[in-house]
Amino acid sequence: MNVLVIAEHDNKALKPATLNVITAASRFSGNIDILIAGGNCQDVAKEASTIKGINDVICMSDAALEAQLAEPLAEAVIQIQGDKNYNVILAPASTFGKNLLPRISALLDVQQISDVIEIISPSSFKRPVYGGQAIATFESNDEFKVMTVRATAFDKASTEGGQATIEEISFNSPKNFGTAFVGLEVAKTERPELTGAEKVVSGGRALGSKENFKMIEELADKLGAAIGASRAAVDAGYVPNDYQVGQTGKVVAPELYIAIGISGAIQHLAGMKDSKTIVAINKDEEAPIFKIADYGLVGDLFEILPELTKKL
Amino acid sequence: MKILVPVKRVVDYNVKIRIKSDQSGVEDSNVKMSLNPFDEIAIEEAVRLKEAGKASEIIVVTIGPEKAQDILRTAMAMGADRGVLVSTDLKIDLGGIEPLMVAKCLKALIENEKPDMVIMGKQAIDDDSNQTGQMLSALLGWPQATFASNIEIDNGQANVTREVDGGLETLKVALPAVVTTDLRLNEPRYASLPNIMKAKKKPLDNKQLSDFNIKLTPRLKLVSVEEPPKREGGEIVSNVDELLDKLKNEAKVI
Repeated sequence: MNVLVIAEHDNKALKPATLNVITAASRFSGNIDILIAGGNCQDVAKEASTIKGINDVICMSDAALEAQLAEPLAEAVIQIQGDKNYNVILAPASTFGKNLLPRISALLDVQQISDVIEIISPSSFKRPVYGGQAIATFESNDEFKVMTVRATAFDKASTEGGQATIEEISFNSPKNFGTAFVGLEVAKTERPELTGAEKVVSGGRALGSKENFKMIEELADKLGAAIGASRAAVDAGYVPNDYQVGQTGKVVAPELYIAIGISGAIQHLAGMKDSKTIVAINKDEEAPIFKIADYGLVGDLFEILPELTKKL
Repeated sequence: MKILVPVKRVVDYNVKIRIKSDQSGVEDSNVKMSLNPFDEIAIEEAVRLKEAGKASEIIVVTIGPEKAQDILRTAMAMGADRGVLVSTDLKIDLGGIEPLMVAKCLKALIENEKPDMVIMGKQAIDDDSNQTGQMLSALLGWPQATFASNIEIDNGQANVTREVDGGLETLKVALPAVVTTDLRLNEPRYASLPNIMKAKKKPLDNKQLSDFNIKLTPRLKLVSVEEPPKREGGEIVSNVDELLDKLKNEAKVI
Protein backbone atom coordinates (compact mmCIF):
# COMPACT_ATOMS: atom_id res chain seq x y z
CA MET A 1 0.00 0.00 0.00
CA ASN A 2 1.33 3.45 -0.95
CA VAL A 3 0.26 6.53 0.89
CA LEU A 4 0.73 10.21 0.01
CA VAL A 5 0.55 12.99 2.59
CA ILE A 6 0.09 16.47 1.17
CA ALA A 7 2.10 18.77 3.42
CA GLU A 8 0.79 22.09 4.60
CA HIS A 9 3.53 24.72 4.72
CA ASP A 10 4.27 28.34 3.91
CA ASN A 11 7.26 27.69 1.61
CA LYS A 12 9.56 28.18 4.60
CA ALA A 13 8.45 25.65 7.21
CA LEU A 14 6.00 22.81 7.68
CA LYS A 15 2.75 23.49 9.52
CA PRO A 16 2.64 21.22 12.59
CA ALA A 17 -0.70 19.60 11.58
CA THR A 18 1.23 17.80 8.82
CA LEU A 19 2.94 15.71 11.51
CA ASN A 20 -0.39 14.53 12.91
CA VAL A 21 -1.47 13.54 9.40
CA ILE A 22 1.69 11.45 9.03
CA THR A 23 0.70 9.49 12.15
CA ALA A 24 -2.74 8.94 10.61
CA ALA A 25 -1.02 7.82 7.38
CA SER A 26 1.04 5.25 9.32
CA ARG A 27 -2.20 3.41 10.21
CA PHE A 28 -2.30 2.15 6.61
CA SER A 29 0.94 0.18 7.11
CA GLY A 30 2.44 1.14 3.80
CA ASN A 31 5.12 3.37 2.30
CA ILE A 32 4.46 7.00 3.16
CA ASP A 33 5.58 9.72 0.76
CA ILE A 34 5.11 13.38 1.49
CA LEU A 35 4.49 16.05 -1.13
CA ILE A 36 5.94 19.50 -0.66
CA ALA A 37 4.41 21.60 -3.44
CA GLY A 38 5.02 25.33 -3.50
CA GLY A 39 7.45 27.99 -4.67
CA ASN A 40 11.10 27.85 -3.58
CA CYS A 41 10.09 25.29 -1.01
CA GLN A 42 13.31 23.21 -0.96
CA ASP A 43 13.96 24.08 2.69
CA VAL A 44 10.61 22.57 3.62
CA ALA A 45 11.54 19.42 1.71
CA LYS A 46 14.78 19.19 3.73
CA GLU A 47 12.84 19.67 6.95
CA ALA A 48 10.41 16.92 5.95
CA SER A 49 13.18 14.45 5.08
CA THR A 50 14.07 13.88 8.75
CA ILE A 51 10.51 13.07 9.85
CA LYS A 52 10.31 9.55 11.15
CA GLY A 53 8.48 7.12 8.90
CA ILE A 54 8.73 8.96 5.59
CA ASN A 55 9.86 7.02 2.53
CA ASP A 56 10.25 9.73 -0.12
CA VAL A 57 9.87 13.48 -0.03
CA ILE A 58 8.50 14.72 -3.33
CA CYS A 59 9.43 18.32 -3.87
CA MET A 60 7.57 20.22 -6.58
CA SER A 61 8.71 23.81 -6.71
CA ASP A 62 7.17 26.13 -9.28
CA ALA A 63 6.19 29.80 -9.33
CA ALA A 64 2.64 28.71 -10.24
CA LEU A 65 2.40 26.85 -6.94
CA GLU A 66 3.85 29.53 -4.70
CA ALA A 67 0.53 30.91 -3.41
CA GLN A 68 -0.73 27.35 -2.88
CA LEU A 69 -3.96 27.98 -4.73
CA ALA A 70 -6.25 24.98 -4.97
CA GLU A 71 -6.50 24.91 -8.77
CA PRO A 72 -2.79 24.45 -9.69
CA LEU A 73 -2.08 22.40 -6.54
CA ALA A 74 -4.82 19.93 -7.45
CA GLU A 75 -3.28 19.59 -10.94
CA ALA A 76 0.12 18.98 -9.32
CA VAL A 77 -1.28 16.17 -7.19
CA ILE A 78 -3.09 14.64 -10.18
CA GLN A 79 0.19 14.66 -12.11
CA ILE A 80 2.00 12.87 -9.27
CA GLN A 81 -0.86 10.43 -8.80
CA GLY A 82 -0.55 9.58 -12.52
CA ASP A 83 3.09 8.55 -11.96
CA LYS A 84 2.90 6.94 -8.55
CA ASN A 85 -0.60 5.55 -8.24
CA TYR A 86 -1.08 6.01 -4.50
CA ASN A 87 -3.74 4.00 -2.70
CA VAL A 88 -4.41 6.73 -0.16
CA ILE A 89 -4.05 10.53 -0.26
CA LEU A 90 -4.30 12.51 2.98
CA ALA A 91 -4.15 16.15 4.03
CA PRO A 92 -4.94 18.01 7.23
CA ALA A 93 -8.57 19.10 7.74
CA SER A 94 -7.45 22.72 7.98
CA THR A 95 -8.69 25.45 5.65
CA PHE A 96 -5.77 24.44 3.41
CA GLY A 97 -6.81 20.80 3.18
CA LYS A 98 -10.53 21.52 3.06
CA ASN A 99 -10.00 23.90 0.17
CA LEU A 100 -7.78 21.56 -1.82
CA LEU A 101 -8.75 17.94 -1.31
CA PRO A 102 -12.32 17.90 -2.68
CA ARG A 103 -10.90 19.24 -5.94
CA ILE A 104 -8.46 16.35 -6.13
CA SER A 105 -11.22 13.87 -5.21
CA ALA A 106 -13.50 15.13 -7.96
CA LEU A 107 -10.72 14.96 -10.56
CA LEU A 108 -9.94 11.38 -9.49
CA ASP A 109 -13.65 10.52 -9.29
CA VAL A 110 -13.37 9.56 -5.63
CA GLN A 111 -15.80 10.36 -2.84
CA GLN A 112 -13.62 12.05 -0.21
CA ILE A 113 -13.96 11.35 3.50
CA SER A 114 -13.74 14.58 5.50
CA ASP A 115 -12.37 15.18 8.97
CA VAL A 116 -11.35 11.61 9.81
CA ILE A 117 -10.80 11.02 13.55
CA GLU A 118 -10.15 7.27 13.48
CA ILE A 119 -8.86 4.82 10.91
CA ILE A 120 -10.43 1.48 11.84
CA SER A 121 -9.15 -0.40 8.79
CA PRO A 122 -7.77 0.69 5.39
CA SER A 123 -11.34 1.18 4.18
CA SER A 124 -13.24 2.01 7.36
CA PHE A 125 -13.23 5.40 9.08
CA LYS A 126 -14.89 7.44 11.79
CA ARG A 127 -15.77 11.08 11.43
CA PRO A 128 -17.85 13.59 13.38
CA VAL A 129 -21.14 14.74 11.83
CA TYR A 130 -23.91 17.14 12.84
CA GLY A 131 -21.42 19.55 14.37
CA GLY A 132 -19.88 16.87 16.55
CA GLN A 133 -23.25 15.75 17.94
CA ALA A 134 -22.67 12.29 16.45
CA ILE A 135 -19.81 10.12 15.21
CA ALA A 136 -20.43 8.23 11.97
CA THR A 137 -18.53 5.17 10.74
CA PHE A 138 -18.21 4.83 6.97
CA GLU A 139 -16.82 2.14 4.73
CA SER A 140 -15.37 3.41 1.49
CA ASN A 141 -15.58 1.23 -1.60
CA ASP A 142 -13.57 3.60 -3.78
CA GLU A 143 -10.43 2.24 -5.39
CA PHE A 144 -8.34 5.07 -3.89
CA LYS A 145 -9.07 6.77 -0.60
CA VAL A 146 -8.86 10.53 -0.34
CA MET A 147 -9.34 12.06 3.09
CA THR A 148 -8.79 15.05 5.31
CA VAL A 149 -7.64 14.24 8.82
CA ARG A 150 -8.56 16.03 12.04
CA ALA A 151 -5.11 16.77 13.47
CA THR A 152 -6.15 16.75 17.13
CA ALA A 153 -7.25 13.11 16.86
CA PHE A 154 -3.71 11.85 16.11
CA ASP A 155 -0.33 12.36 17.79
CA LYS A 156 2.46 14.18 16.02
CA ALA A 157 5.09 12.11 14.18
CA SER A 158 8.65 12.65 15.39
CA THR A 159 10.63 15.20 13.39
CA GLU A 160 13.84 13.25 13.97
CA GLY A 161 15.25 9.92 12.92
CA GLY A 162 14.06 9.88 9.32
CA GLN A 163 16.35 9.77 6.30
CA ALA A 164 14.00 10.17 3.38
CA THR A 165 15.31 10.83 -0.10
CA ILE A 166 14.18 14.03 -1.76
CA GLU A 167 12.87 13.60 -5.27
CA GLU A 168 12.43 16.78 -7.29
CA ILE A 169 9.64 16.64 -9.85
CA SER A 170 8.75 19.52 -12.15
CA PHE A 171 5.19 20.74 -12.54
CA ASN A 172 3.76 19.97 -15.98
CA SER A 173 0.81 22.31 -16.22
CA PRO A 174 1.56 25.80 -14.96
CA LYS A 175 -1.26 27.26 -17.07
CA ASN A 176 -3.57 30.07 -16.03
CA PHE A 177 -6.45 28.75 -13.94
CA GLY A 178 -8.28 32.08 -13.69
CA THR A 179 -7.41 32.60 -10.04
CA ALA A 180 -4.88 35.14 -8.80
CA PHE A 181 -3.55 35.60 -5.29
CA VAL A 182 -3.98 39.20 -4.14
CA GLY A 183 -2.84 39.13 -0.53
CA LEU A 184 -2.88 37.55 2.89
CA GLU A 185 -3.64 39.59 5.97
CA VAL A 186 -1.96 37.78 8.83
CA ALA A 187 -2.61 38.67 12.43
CA LYS A 188 0.92 39.05 13.80
CA THR A 189 1.45 37.44 17.15
CA GLU A 190 4.28 36.21 19.35
CA ARG A 191 1.93 33.73 20.98
CA PRO A 192 1.78 30.03 20.12
CA GLU A 193 -0.34 29.00 17.18
CA LEU A 194 -3.90 28.23 18.30
CA THR A 195 -4.31 24.76 16.78
CA GLY A 196 -1.01 23.41 18.11
CA ALA A 197 -0.83 25.22 21.47
CA GLU A 198 -0.49 23.34 24.76
CA LYS A 199 -2.56 25.93 26.57
CA VAL A 200 -5.43 28.00 25.25
CA VAL A 201 -7.30 30.84 26.92
CA SER A 202 -10.59 31.65 25.20
CA GLY A 203 -12.93 34.56 25.72
CA GLY A 204 -16.59 34.97 24.91
CA ARG A 205 -19.18 37.65 24.43
CA ALA A 206 -19.28 38.34 28.19
CA LEU A 207 -16.00 40.22 27.85
CA GLY A 208 -18.14 42.99 26.44
CA SER A 209 -15.60 44.86 24.31
CA LYS A 210 -12.37 44.70 22.38
CA GLU A 211 -10.66 46.63 25.19
CA ASN A 212 -11.82 44.18 27.84
CA PHE A 213 -10.54 41.30 25.71
CA LYS A 214 -7.02 42.53 26.57
CA MET A 215 -7.58 40.90 29.97
CA ILE A 216 -7.66 37.56 28.15
CA GLU A 217 -4.38 38.47 26.46
CA GLU A 218 -2.73 39.26 29.78
CA LEU A 219 -3.74 35.92 31.25
CA ALA A 220 -2.66 34.09 28.09
CA ASP A 221 0.76 35.77 28.14
CA LYS A 222 1.29 34.86 31.77
CA LEU A 223 0.55 31.22 30.91
CA GLY A 224 2.34 31.19 27.54
CA ALA A 225 -1.00 30.27 26.01
CA ALA A 226 -2.63 30.86 22.65
CA ILE A 227 -5.82 32.91 22.48
CA GLY A 228 -9.14 31.61 21.28
CA ALA A 229 -12.65 33.01 21.15
CA SER A 230 -16.24 31.98 20.77
CA ARG A 231 -18.11 32.78 17.59
CA ALA A 232 -20.07 35.46 19.46
CA ALA A 233 -16.86 37.25 20.44
CA VAL A 234 -15.59 37.13 16.85
CA ASP A 235 -18.94 38.29 15.44
CA ALA A 236 -18.92 41.17 17.94
CA GLY A 237 -15.54 42.24 16.55
CA TYR A 238 -13.49 41.72 19.74
CA VAL A 239 -10.95 39.55 17.90
CA PRO A 240 -10.19 38.49 14.29
CA ASN A 241 -11.84 35.47 12.64
CA ASP A 242 -8.82 33.21 12.98
CA TYR A 243 -9.29 33.13 16.78
CA GLN A 244 -12.60 31.28 16.50
CA VAL A 245 -12.80 27.88 18.17
CA GLY A 246 -15.71 25.67 17.21
CA GLN A 247 -17.47 23.64 14.61
CA THR A 248 -16.80 26.08 11.80
CA GLY A 249 -13.67 27.61 13.32
CA LYS A 250 -10.65 25.77 14.66
CA VAL A 251 -10.65 22.48 16.48
CA VAL A 252 -8.22 22.45 19.39
CA ALA A 253 -7.25 19.87 21.99
CA PRO A 254 -4.67 21.45 24.29
CA GLU A 255 -3.51 20.21 27.70
CA LEU A 256 -5.31 23.15 29.31
CA TYR A 257 -8.30 25.06 27.93
CA ILE A 258 -9.65 27.98 29.93
CA ALA A 259 -13.05 29.24 28.75
CA ILE A 260 -13.91 32.66 30.12
CA GLY A 261 -17.34 34.19 29.67
CA ILE A 262 -18.27 31.46 27.21
CA SER A 263 -21.63 29.80 27.80
CA GLY A 264 -20.76 26.69 25.77
CA ALA A 265 -22.96 26.47 22.70
CA ILE A 266 -22.79 23.05 21.01
CA GLN A 267 -20.91 24.67 18.14
CA HIS A 268 -18.18 25.89 20.50
CA LEU A 269 -17.95 22.64 22.44
CA ALA A 270 -17.42 20.76 19.16
CA GLY A 271 -14.14 22.65 18.78
CA MET A 272 -12.64 22.12 22.23
CA LYS A 273 -14.20 19.23 24.11
CA ASP A 274 -11.23 16.94 23.47
CA SER A 275 -8.97 19.23 25.50
CA LYS A 276 -7.30 17.42 28.39
CA THR A 277 -8.20 19.78 31.22
CA ILE A 278 -11.03 22.28 30.80
CA VAL A 279 -11.57 25.24 33.10
CA ALA A 280 -14.73 27.33 32.86
CA ILE A 281 -15.26 30.73 34.38
CA ASN A 282 -18.77 32.11 34.01
CA LYS A 283 -21.24 34.05 36.08
CA ASP A 284 -24.16 31.82 35.06
CA GLU A 285 -23.93 28.60 37.02
CA GLU A 286 -26.39 26.97 34.58
CA ALA A 287 -24.09 27.58 31.57
CA PRO A 288 -23.62 24.35 29.56
CA ILE A 289 -19.84 24.82 29.62
CA PHE A 290 -19.84 23.69 33.29
CA LYS A 291 -21.23 20.29 32.24
CA ILE A 292 -17.99 19.42 30.46
CA ALA A 293 -15.48 21.45 32.50
CA ASP A 294 -13.12 19.70 34.90
CA TYR A 295 -13.01 22.80 37.07
CA GLY A 296 -15.69 25.44 37.13
CA LEU A 297 -15.61 28.79 38.87
CA VAL A 298 -18.87 30.71 39.09
CA GLY A 299 -18.49 34.45 39.38
CA ASP A 300 -17.81 37.79 37.80
CA LEU A 301 -15.01 37.43 35.27
CA PHE A 302 -14.03 41.07 35.75
CA GLU A 303 -13.04 40.21 39.32
CA ILE A 304 -11.75 36.69 38.77
CA LEU A 305 -9.64 37.35 35.69
CA PRO A 306 -7.32 40.02 37.19
CA GLU A 307 -6.93 37.98 40.36
CA LEU A 308 -6.06 34.86 38.39
CA THR A 309 -3.52 36.70 36.25
CA LYS A 310 -1.95 38.28 39.32
CA LYS A 311 -1.66 35.07 41.32
CA LEU A 312 -0.14 32.98 38.54
CA MET B 1 -25.23 38.37 -14.62
CA LYS B 2 -26.98 35.17 -13.69
CA ILE B 3 -26.27 33.57 -10.29
CA LEU B 4 -27.06 29.99 -9.37
CA VAL B 5 -27.40 29.12 -5.69
CA PRO B 6 -27.50 25.42 -4.73
CA VAL B 7 -29.17 24.85 -1.35
CA LYS B 8 -29.86 21.95 1.01
CA ARG B 9 -32.68 21.06 3.38
CA VAL B 10 -31.22 20.05 6.74
CA VAL B 11 -32.24 19.49 10.35
CA ASP B 12 -32.71 22.96 11.83
CA TYR B 13 -29.68 24.59 13.39
CA ASN B 14 -31.32 24.75 16.84
CA VAL B 15 -32.45 21.14 17.01
CA LYS B 16 -30.54 18.78 19.25
CA ILE B 17 -30.40 15.69 17.09
CA ARG B 18 -31.45 12.23 18.25
CA ILE B 19 -29.58 9.15 17.11
CA LYS B 20 -31.74 6.17 16.16
CA SER B 21 -31.58 3.38 18.71
CA ASP B 22 -30.30 0.89 16.10
CA GLN B 23 -27.48 3.35 15.23
CA SER B 24 -28.60 3.39 11.60
CA GLY B 25 -28.79 7.17 11.40
CA VAL B 26 -30.29 10.33 12.80
CA GLU B 27 -33.99 10.61 13.64
CA ASP B 28 -35.71 12.68 10.96
CA SER B 29 -39.41 12.18 11.66
CA ASN B 30 -41.11 15.08 13.46
CA VAL B 31 -37.93 17.12 13.35
CA LYS B 32 -37.91 20.72 12.23
CA MET B 33 -36.15 21.05 8.87
CA SER B 34 -34.71 24.29 7.48
CA LEU B 35 -32.55 25.84 4.86
CA ASN B 36 -28.88 25.11 5.64
CA PRO B 37 -27.57 28.29 7.37
CA PHE B 38 -24.54 28.66 5.09
CA ASP B 39 -26.88 28.45 2.06
CA GLU B 40 -29.06 31.19 3.54
CA ILE B 41 -25.95 33.38 3.55
CA ALA B 42 -25.35 32.43 -0.11
CA ILE B 43 -28.90 33.46 -1.07
CA GLU B 44 -28.57 36.73 0.84
CA GLU B 45 -25.32 37.52 -0.98
CA ALA B 46 -26.89 36.80 -4.37
CA VAL B 47 -29.90 38.99 -3.52
CA ARG B 48 -27.61 41.83 -2.43
CA LEU B 49 -25.69 41.56 -5.72
CA LYS B 50 -29.01 41.80 -7.54
CA GLU B 51 -30.10 44.79 -5.47
CA ALA B 52 -26.76 46.45 -6.25
CA GLY B 53 -27.44 46.02 -9.97
CA LYS B 54 -24.64 43.47 -10.43
CA ALA B 55 -26.88 40.45 -10.95
CA SER B 56 -29.98 40.09 -13.08
CA GLU B 57 -31.35 36.68 -12.15
CA ILE B 58 -31.02 34.29 -9.22
CA ILE B 59 -31.82 30.60 -9.64
CA VAL B 60 -32.01 28.44 -6.55
CA VAL B 61 -31.56 24.67 -6.84
CA THR B 62 -31.97 21.78 -4.44
CA ILE B 63 -31.78 18.00 -4.58
CA GLY B 64 -34.09 16.16 -2.23
CA PRO B 65 -37.59 14.94 -1.49
CA GLU B 66 -40.79 16.70 -2.69
CA LYS B 67 -40.92 18.45 0.68
CA ALA B 68 -37.67 20.25 -0.10
CA GLN B 69 -39.83 22.67 -2.11
CA ASP B 70 -40.31 24.54 1.18
CA ILE B 71 -36.71 25.72 1.28
CA LEU B 72 -36.88 26.79 -2.37
CA ARG B 73 -39.95 28.89 -1.50
CA THR B 74 -38.05 30.39 1.44
CA ALA B 75 -35.17 31.24 -0.89
CA MET B 76 -37.59 32.82 -3.36
CA ALA B 77 -39.21 34.79 -0.53
CA MET B 78 -35.74 36.13 0.28
CA GLY B 79 -35.38 37.26 -3.34
CA ALA B 80 -34.41 34.37 -5.62
CA ASP B 81 -36.30 34.54 -8.94
CA ARG B 82 -37.00 30.90 -9.63
CA GLY B 83 -36.37 27.45 -8.26
CA VAL B 84 -35.40 24.02 -9.50
CA LEU B 85 -36.19 20.92 -7.45
CA VAL B 86 -34.29 17.80 -8.45
CA SER B 87 -36.43 15.10 -6.85
CA THR B 88 -35.10 11.92 -5.34
CA ASP B 89 -36.27 9.41 -2.77
CA LEU B 90 -32.71 8.71 -1.68
CA LYS B 91 -31.58 10.02 1.69
CA ILE B 92 -29.80 13.33 1.53
CA ASP B 93 -27.93 13.31 4.85
CA LEU B 94 -25.74 10.33 5.83
CA GLY B 95 -25.29 7.26 3.64
CA GLY B 96 -27.33 8.59 0.73
CA ILE B 97 -26.62 11.25 -1.87
CA GLU B 98 -22.95 12.19 -1.61
CA PRO B 99 -21.14 15.44 -2.42
CA LEU B 100 -19.61 14.02 -5.62
CA MET B 101 -23.06 13.03 -6.95
CA VAL B 102 -24.42 16.47 -6.06
CA ALA B 103 -21.50 18.14 -7.84
CA LYS B 104 -22.12 16.03 -10.96
CA CYS B 105 -25.82 16.85 -10.97
CA LEU B 106 -25.11 20.57 -10.49
CA LYS B 107 -22.58 20.46 -13.31
CA ALA B 108 -25.23 19.12 -15.67
CA LEU B 109 -27.71 21.81 -14.58
CA ILE B 110 -25.09 24.52 -14.95
CA GLU B 111 -24.17 23.46 -18.48
CA ASN B 112 -27.81 24.02 -19.29
CA GLU B 113 -28.47 27.21 -17.28
CA LYS B 114 -25.07 28.82 -17.98
CA PRO B 115 -24.84 31.04 -14.89
CA ASP B 116 -21.95 33.49 -14.51
CA MET B 117 -21.42 32.58 -10.92
CA VAL B 118 -22.32 29.91 -8.38
CA ILE B 119 -22.59 31.00 -4.75
CA MET B 120 -23.17 28.23 -2.23
CA GLY B 121 -22.70 27.37 1.44
CA LYS B 122 -19.27 26.06 2.39
CA GLN B 123 -20.83 23.06 4.11
CA ALA B 124 -24.14 21.55 5.12
CA ILE B 125 -24.61 21.28 8.86
CA ASP B 126 -25.78 17.66 8.67
CA ASP B 127 -22.86 15.72 7.18
CA ASP B 128 -20.37 18.62 7.55
CA SER B 129 -18.44 17.44 4.48
CA ASN B 130 -17.38 20.82 3.07
CA GLN B 131 -16.74 19.36 -0.41
CA THR B 132 -19.46 20.11 -2.95
CA GLY B 133 -18.38 23.61 -4.03
CA GLN B 134 -14.76 22.62 -4.55
CA MET B 135 -15.79 19.45 -6.44
CA LEU B 136 -18.18 21.38 -8.66
CA SER B 137 -15.50 23.91 -9.45
CA ALA B 138 -13.05 21.14 -10.38
CA LEU B 139 -15.57 19.33 -12.60
CA LEU B 140 -16.46 22.56 -14.41
CA GLY B 141 -12.81 23.66 -14.66
CA TRP B 142 -13.81 26.98 -13.05
CA PRO B 143 -11.88 28.99 -10.48
CA GLN B 144 -12.92 28.55 -6.85
CA ALA B 145 -12.96 30.88 -3.86
CA THR B 146 -14.03 29.08 -0.71
CA PHE B 147 -14.97 30.33 2.79
CA ALA B 148 -15.80 33.84 1.59
CA SER B 149 -16.25 36.71 4.05
CA ASN B 150 -16.46 39.39 1.36
CA ILE B 151 -17.31 39.37 -2.36
CA GLU B 152 -16.89 42.26 -4.78
CA ILE B 153 -17.80 41.97 -8.44
CA ASP B 154 -16.03 44.12 -10.96
CA ASN B 155 -15.46 43.79 -14.70
CA GLY B 156 -16.16 40.09 -15.03
CA GLN B 157 -14.05 39.29 -11.99
CA ALA B 158 -14.75 38.64 -8.34
CA ASN B 159 -12.52 39.84 -5.55
CA VAL B 160 -13.10 37.42 -2.72
CA THR B 161 -11.81 37.64 0.83
CA ARG B 162 -11.47 34.20 2.38
CA GLU B 163 -11.39 33.18 6.03
CA VAL B 164 -8.33 30.95 6.31
CA ASP B 165 -6.53 29.55 9.36
CA GLY B 166 -3.79 32.15 9.13
CA GLY B 167 -6.05 35.18 8.71
CA LEU B 168 -7.78 36.67 5.68
CA GLU B 169 -6.72 35.81 2.13
CA THR B 170 -7.85 37.77 -0.90
CA LEU B 171 -8.17 36.19 -4.35
CA LYS B 172 -9.19 37.58 -7.69
CA VAL B 173 -11.13 35.03 -9.71
CA ALA B 174 -12.28 35.30 -13.30
CA LEU B 175 -15.99 34.60 -13.81
CA PRO B 176 -17.62 32.17 -14.15
CA ALA B 177 -16.49 30.88 -10.77
CA VAL B 178 -17.71 28.99 -7.72
CA VAL B 179 -17.71 30.88 -4.42
CA THR B 180 -18.56 29.24 -1.09
CA THR B 181 -19.76 31.26 1.87
CA ASP B 182 -18.53 31.52 5.43
CA LEU B 183 -20.44 32.83 8.45
CA ARG B 184 -19.37 36.44 8.39
CA LEU B 185 -20.17 37.19 4.75
CA ASN B 186 -23.50 38.75 5.68
CA GLU B 187 -26.50 38.46 7.94
CA PRO B 188 -29.41 36.94 6.04
CA ARG B 189 -32.72 38.80 6.03
CA TYR B 190 -36.02 37.42 7.20
CA ALA B 191 -38.54 37.08 4.41
CA SER B 192 -41.48 39.46 4.84
CA LEU B 193 -45.04 38.17 4.67
CA PRO B 194 -45.81 39.89 1.33
CA ASN B 195 -42.63 38.37 -0.11
CA ILE B 196 -43.58 34.94 1.20
CA MET B 197 -46.93 35.31 -0.61
CA LYS B 198 -45.22 36.49 -3.78
CA ALA B 199 -42.75 33.61 -3.65
CA LYS B 200 -45.64 31.14 -3.99
CA LYS B 201 -46.21 32.42 -7.51
CA LYS B 202 -42.59 32.28 -8.64
CA PRO B 203 -41.72 29.51 -11.13
CA LEU B 204 -40.55 26.19 -9.70
CA ASP B 205 -39.26 23.59 -12.11
CA ASN B 206 -39.33 19.93 -11.14
CA LYS B 207 -36.74 17.45 -12.43
CA GLN B 208 -35.91 13.86 -11.49
CA LEU B 209 -32.44 12.97 -10.26
CA SER B 210 -32.79 9.60 -12.00
CA ASP B 211 -33.00 11.43 -15.35
CA PHE B 212 -29.45 12.68 -14.90
CA ASN B 213 -26.81 10.32 -16.15
CA ILE B 214 -25.20 9.86 -12.73
CA LYS B 215 -24.43 6.66 -10.84
CA LEU B 216 -26.40 6.87 -7.63
CA THR B 217 -24.69 4.07 -5.71
CA PRO B 218 -23.02 5.51 -2.60
CA ARG B 219 -19.25 5.12 -2.44
CA LEU B 220 -19.37 5.51 1.31
CA LYS B 221 -21.47 2.93 3.10
CA LEU B 222 -22.83 4.20 6.40
CA VAL B 223 -22.00 1.54 8.99
CA SER B 224 -23.22 3.21 12.16
CA VAL B 225 -23.96 6.49 13.88
CA GLU B 226 -23.10 6.79 17.56
CA GLU B 227 -23.15 9.31 20.36
CA PRO B 228 -19.77 10.97 20.79
CA PRO B 229 -17.89 9.88 23.92
CA LYS B 230 -19.43 11.74 26.85
CA ARG B 231 -17.26 14.07 28.82
CA GLU B 232 -18.10 14.13 32.48
CA GLY B 233 -18.36 17.45 34.23
CA GLY B 234 -15.95 17.91 37.11
CA GLU B 235 -16.24 20.06 40.17
CA ILE B 236 -17.08 23.62 40.99
CA VAL B 237 -14.31 25.33 42.90
CA SER B 238 -15.06 28.20 45.25
CA ASN B 239 -12.31 30.68 44.46
CA VAL B 240 -9.20 31.48 42.44
CA ASP B 241 -6.82 30.01 45.03
CA GLU B 242 -8.60 26.67 44.97
CA LEU B 243 -8.61 26.70 41.18
CA LEU B 244 -4.87 27.36 41.03
CA ASP B 245 -4.22 24.66 43.60
CA LYS B 246 -6.18 22.11 41.56
CA LEU B 247 -4.46 23.08 38.32
CA LYS B 248 -1.03 22.80 39.97
CA ASN B 249 -1.41 19.75 42.14
CA GLU B 250 -4.25 17.70 40.70
CA ALA B 251 -4.30 18.32 36.94
CA LYS B 252 -0.61 19.33 36.92
CA VAL B 253 -1.06 21.61 33.93
CA ILE B 254 0.51 24.79 35.28
